[in-house]
Amino acid sequence: MTAYFKQDGPVDGAALDGMAQGVLGRPVPRIEGLAKVTGTATYAAEYDVANLAEGVFVTATITRGVVKSIASEAARAMPGVLAVISEARMTTRAAQGTAGEAPEQEPQRVSYWGQPIALVVAETFEQARDAAKQLVVEYDADTGVALDPATATSEPQEDEAIDMGDLNAAMQAATYSVDMTVETEGHASAAMEPHAAIAAWEGDKLTVHASLQMLNYNISELADALDMDETNIRLVSAYVGGGFGSKLGISEDVVAAALASRELGRPVRVVMSRQQVFQCIMRRSETWQRLRLACDADGKLTGFGHQARVSNLPGETFAEPVLQSSHFLYAAPNRSLSMDLVRIHRMTAGSVRAPGEAVGMPALEMAMDELAEKAGIDPVAFRLRNIPDRDPEGNLPFTSHGLAECLRQGAEAFGWESGTRKPRHRREGEWWIGTGMASAARVHNASEAKARVRLTADGRAEVETDMTDIGTGTYTICAQIAGEMLGLPMDRVTVSLGDTDYPRGPGSGGSWGAPSIGSAVYLACKALRGQLAKRGNIDEADLVLKDGAVEGGRSVADLIGGEVLEEIGHYEPGTNEHDYTSSGFGAFFAEVRVNHWTGETRVDRMTGAFGFGRVLNEKTARSQCLGGITWSIGTALTEALHFDPRDGHLANPDLAEYHVPVHRDVREVEVLMLQERDPLASAIQAKGIGELGMCGGAGAIANAIYNACGVRLRQLPMTPDRVLACLRD
Amino acid sequence: MRPFDYIRPTDAADAAERISGAGVKAIAGGTNLLDLMKLQVETPKVLVDVGRLDMASIAEDGAGLRIGALVTNTNTANHARVRADYAVLARTILAGATQQLRNKATTGGNLCQRTRCTYFTNTDQPCNKRKPGSGCGAIGGVARLHAILGASDQCIATYPGDMAVAMAALDAKVHLTGGATGERTVPVRDFHNLPGQTPWQENVLETGEIITAVTLPPPVRARQIYRKVRERSSYAFALVSVAAIIAKEGGKIARADLAFGGLAHKPWHDPRLSELLVGETPSPALFEKVADTLLDSADARGGSDFKIPLARRTLIAVLTEATEDQL
Ligand SMILES: Cc1cc2nc3c(=O)[nH]c(=O)nc-3n(C[C@H](O)[C@H](O)[C@H](O)COP(=O)(O)OP(=O)(O)OC[C@H]3O[C@@H](n4cnc5c(N)ncnc54)[C@H](O)[C@@H]3O)c2cc1C
Ligand code: SF4
Repeated sequence: MTAYFKQDGPVDGAALDGMAQGVLGRPVPRIEGLAKVTGTATYAAEYDVANLAEGVFVTATITRGVVKSIASEAARAMPGVLAVISEARMTTRAAQGTAGEAPEQEPQRVSYWGQPIALVVAETFEQARDAAKQLVVEYDADTGVALDPATATSEPQEDEAIDMGDLNAAMQAATYSVDMTVETEGHASAAMEPHAAIAAWEGDKLTVHASLQMLNYNISELADALDMDETNIRLVSAYVGGGFGSKLGISEDVVAAALASRELGRPVRVVMSRQQVFQCIMRRSETWQRLRLACDADGKLTGFGHQARVSNLPGETFAEPVLQSSHFLYAAPNRSLSMDLVRIHRMTAGSVRAPGEAVGMPALEMAMDELAEKAGIDPVAFRLRNIPDRDPEGNLPFTSHGLAECLRQGAEAFGWESGTRKPRHRREGEWWIGTGMASAARVHNASEAKARVRLTADGRAEVETDMTDIGTGTYTICAQIAGEMLGLPMDRVTVSLGDTDYPRGPGSGGSWGAPSIGSAVYLACKALRGQLAKRGNIDEADLVLKDGAVEGGRSVADLIGGEVLEEIGHYEPGTNEHDYTSSGFGAFFAEVRVNHWTGETRVDRMTGAFGFGRVLNEKTARSQCLGGITWSIGTALTEALHFDPRDGHLANPDLAEYHVPVHRDVREVEVLMLQERDPLASAIQAKGIGELGMCGGAGAIANAIYNACGVRLRQLPMTPDRVLACLRD
Repeated sequence: MRPFDYIRPTDAADAAERISGAGVKAIAGGTNLLDLMKLQVETPKVLVDVGRLDMASIAEDGAGLRIGALVTNTNTANHARVRADYAVLARTILAGATQQLRNKATTGGNLCQRTRCTYFTNTDQPCNKRKPGSGCGAIGGVARLHAILGASDQCIATYPGDMAVAMAALDAKVHLTGGATGERTVPVRDFHNLPGQTPWQENVLETGEIITAVTLPPPVRARQIYRKVRERSSYAFALVSVAAIIAKEGGKIARADLAFGGLAHKPWHDPRLSELLVGETPSPALFEKVADTLLDSADARGGSDFKIPLARRTLIAVLTEATEDQL
């Protein structure tokens, strides 16, 4: 049976809170954790498949043009080489998240340096990798290809634009105002596990083990790429070694492995090298942003302008949604928001860890800090003063709104000294020390999701869905929800994820995983409770299940009576999506030190307070926040893709030179989570949390740098050279 | 990676004999060479694994210390005498790479590690060092890591290592065997070459020659500092680094040995700096003068402009730290 629920309004969540098992919300360690740390969790490339051939990509060495010929004779003659494949159906770019399609891209047409153009398949990986280097490719290269986002042609993004009142007039009339630009550099997802796929055919049936985030969309994308029926495809991603957006859409390895396997009549594995992952999956676009903020003498915002320019390849529709939270975060009657997309030939720009807010929020929060300073108002107080009651553009009510509470709790936990702030007021030896803060916001989305929950004859629960766990804790929260609802301890719940033979989940992306799949599991369990109540002749509302039995009564196994009970929970967002504005909120506080001599910046401590509805698991939720704060530090201080100005190739395509924070960069981090219930966010009153922790944090660090050493940097990352260029002695 | 033959020699002489002719390379810890082989930046036909030869010990050498070519970076950094008498060496090693890498990395391999110029490691880009005559991709490209001293129009790469910077400050000697002249000793300061017109000739090793050890001179009582500037606080190569061994007597500088990383194709040592400092009373003006001298020929060619002020300031910071509260 299917228990379907479409959310057209608030849910009565008392149900979950009234359960007796007491596992939900607890800091339960990840149930697959032991398998992972002992190396027994099998990742995409690690399946033991007989007769496996190995494929390695050959990538383009021009920026744009066509492949005239590929001389592959020498490579084909090398020991072990089986094939050199370059056919029209191969993809040259990863699909965008939720695309659901992957049209023909013709690898012979090159649109960025480093694009896959062919796949060499051999008996061993080493043979294939060597042979891939021996191909002689002739190109017809275009000249004058657009590479510089500052000068390329731009397309206004009408959907993103809004004009209310008169911003120019508000700026002129303002008692205080700021008009500033911020630039941020491109980012890579930098997931640990590279993109990898093993494809095998049995007749018309294709099975691919791959590293993907959203199997529910990926199956349609693969079907489209191969022009076949979804029902003949099985995708398996039981464990994913980090995605961060880079595995939302079907990637080139998956399609190529499937095509090669069909051609050779044997299983084929394609694992991208680290350099290939960097240069042909996804980048976060660099951004140019102009912020115009105006306020009156009391520090009430009267004007709000946020203008952004981002880039992508021609033909790609994705535009880094920089303005996403700017639309509703602060009240101001006169508003002007707009976005331009420029076309350049770097690899596809797509979703990378908190697309939009990851770079838009820091810029906004840097501007807010400057304006608070001008107005002589404490930055926390300044934000508190400008929180709107309703979405200032759509005039919609918010679902839960924890910003004020996060600002207050965060400030207290951090020990924020309110009042007038002066830069360069604290020095320890060579170090300037300062503090700064920023708001956090990340739009909340939920997505359609299905999960099957089965009660077995011996009274255990089994959860099945094609939802993925990309290291975030999905296995664990599914088990907790089922355990809570069905009165089972954790060791009596098994969760199977990442297999398209199971009901369609929502996929892991946009932080919607937990609220959406959690709602589906909840609905299935609720229906199972109904069945159990009926069997026990108990009113469902009075059914108390704990440790595998009705409290003070029969065991669940006994109630089931040797049968197997099964329900599919099916959750779908409804009118709540349009009737409300929903977002996670939070506040960041940072203390940094800036070296007077070298301009090196280190984050001594950070506090993040977040409100995102129900906390499903204190430990995994906290870990998500810690991860977000870690990425905030990367965004602020180190992460930048460096592109060659002449051919647009990525000059730092590995983890040695693309600098994500290391342990030593992440010192003391404190995370506070509000105890919140959001009845409009999902059936389990939870919002997304994955991305929120990096939506604004870099702004807190920038503001702290200013407070420390008096330098307002307008470019991220704030590397020593940039600090030094502005630092006064 | 290209297919290769693998040979395990019996002793240093055997190794030297086998490392003859083009396409033969020594391998020790493999942490640099194997990475480059996977990328086909290095394509040796024969690997001679020197890793098991008897060169893995640290021994007294008169009043100095002899560190075998195969001593791991971890063992050198943890050695009691190194820590007590040559702290700057321990500090440079610990400022480099990660514990796991240092457990494998060896003295000889570390000295011979190759540049991290990303045009060098990308075989689809021009690079005079990797492919003589193909051009220098870094000039006019992304060159944040590149040299400001001693570069040429053929190559602006930097030597990336930390350990050798301390060794240059200490004036350590590299012991070689297997070349035309048999055993010989070369100061670390002269071991690496500037790129000139032959950027592929990175050091003085002749064909067949291997490093057997590095000897450190008798220790001096002095303040020993290593300062490595980088964006993140660990696991990154130096933007600029300074090793300093500085002693004061009666308020005046009695000894000042300085070497720099991240600035050039070799650990940079400029004898003029000691001359300026020794015998003088420390002062900001003196430090400025030293920095002016260090950088009087600095030329950044674009991406590494920032290193000029950064090197200046880092040097002044180190000199300040080294001379304050020291009598
Ligand atoms: C991610 C990463 C980060 C790193 N960060 C740093 C850093 O911050 N600072 C730093 O200093 N280093 C760093 N390193 C480099 C590391 O220190 C070197 O890779 C290591 O020291 C090389 O030693 P090895 O024994 O592994 O050399 P191998 O890789 O075995 O050899 C390197 C070279 O030395 C030659 N060679 C080896 N032994 C001898 C010998 N006895 N005689 C003659 N030639 C010989 C080989 O032929 C080869 O050309 C990093 C490396 C990596 C991979
Ligand atoms: S700087 Fe040297 S190593 Fe780098 S590309 Fe130029 S020649 Fe090659």
